[in-house]
Amino acid sequence: MREGIVTTHLQREIENLKKKILSMSAEVEESLRNAVDSLVKRDADLAQAVIDGDTRLDHTEVEIEEDCLKILALHQPVAIDLRYVVAILKINGDLERIGDEAVNIAERAAYLTTHPPIDLPLDFKGMVTAAQSMVSRSIDALVNLDTAIARQVRVSDDEVDDMNQHMYTLLQDYMMANPDRVAESVHLLSTSRHLERIADQATNIAEDVIYMVEGEIVRHQPEDFSK
Amino acid sequence: MVTETAPEEAMDAANGNSGLISISGLSLYYGSFQALRGIGIDMAGRAITALIGPSGCGKSTFLRCLNRMNDLIPGVRVEGRITLDGVDILDPAIDVVELRKRVGMVFQQPNPFPKSIFDNVAYGPRIHGVTNRAELEDIVEESLVRAALWTEVKDDLRKSAMTLSGGQQQRLCIARVLAVKPEVVLMDEPCSALDPISTLRIEELMQTLKNDYTIVIVTHNMQQAARVSDFTGFFLTGELIEFDQSTVIFTRPKDKRTEDYVTGRFG
Repeated sequence: MREGIVTTHLQREIENLKKKILSMSAEVEESLRNAVDSLVKRDADLAQAVIDGDTRLDHTEVEIEEDCLKILALHQPVAIDLRYVVAILKINGDLERIGDEAVNIAERAAYLTTHPPIDLPLDFKGMVTAAQSMVSRSIDALVNLDTAIARQVRVSDDEVDDMNQHMYTLLQDYMMANPDRVAESVHLLSTSRHLERIADQATNIAEDVIYMVEGEIVRHQPEDFSK
Repeated sequence: MVTETAPEEAMDAANGNSGLISISGLSLYYGSFQALRGIGIDMAGRAITALIGPSGCGKSTFLRCLNRMNDLIPGVRVEGRITLDGVDILDPAIDVVELRKRVGMVFQQPNPFPKSIFDNVAYGPRIHGVTNRAELEDIVEESLVRAALWTEVKDDLRKSAMTLSGGQQQRLCIARVLAVKPEVVLMDEPCSALDPISTLRIEELMQTLKNDYTIVIVTHNMQQAARVSDFTGFFLTGELIEFDQSTVIFTRPKDKRTEDYVTGRFG
């Protein structure tokens, strides 16, 4: 049947959409990396660059959404094409939210650089790495339409949730012991919360990739390890 | 949203036990050319089943098997089994005229008789022996109401059917089919000669008709199949490739060939 395969106008539109979402993914990953670096390295200029860069991401998000709506209205896609456009529409929103969370982290970083560091036995870097890795793997899953990676991302979400919970307990104890440092502690706690939200968005992306490829909506279902 | 019901369960739910068409091992030959290859399918009663596929895939041939229209073509040989409510309609002993009363058909081109609107609708009942004027009037009115044409023509039933618009003529043809009280209505591309507004009216009409009739429609318009049907069958070179709920066929078909066809990658 291969000789009967035709490339339609719709397929070309979808190809363009794919290029745009991949380029947006790369920008979001960079923004997140810079936000985390600004926090870890206490770099206020880098934090400001992340905050300033978000406007461009917002524009790209709107552009991709308009492209998706145009395709839905003009081509009325079905089957894989429909799933692709709907998944992109949702992933687009998730990426934009990750961009917003990166800005939130950068804002906390900008504040924390003006205060002495809090010394805690927390594996903050471990949490950063885990959340970042979930974002890059969810994007890899999208690029390669790889549901095996997407399923791993879903599993990782629980690990980041646990780290966030641990962070909460540690910081609560720290604040009780150091009431003069509550303000910084709250900022640090928020950062942990933002990372946890980023992990959630990455999970959403992974779930949308599974829907795109397999047509099955796995959201709100625990990962089945037998697959 | 795709429901998670298996086709069989959905079929059971859709079935009111009446108008169920069950087909197994159906093959059809035009001379030495095999046009249908071992088709097996159960079509729900009181539901709309759409048949899609590229030109020459056998979908119209298949449709014509359901009221033995292929009997009229010389050199045709049919194998297999088709039952309507459990009765084998391929049985040579079946009264074909009676079968075609139970299984009516609407064609691509509206084909009213060059007679009045009234006489078009009354034609079938008269052939089947209804002579009482009042009874005929009741049948004509009921059929035209069901075909969503009554309000447009009720004051002028003596007018020639040929003066109606294409869309009205097609609804008249549907009324003519309904007048003989069929169980199944076959539609072979009923909207392909109609403008979009008339098409929409026929599609709306199909939704009301499915409460009382089993409808099988052949269409080249995939959006139409997606819009109107409960079940869809995809035919390719005489084979039934996939049959499922339309929501499944148009969101996540199982066979790659179905996916290529409904997404227009194949043609």
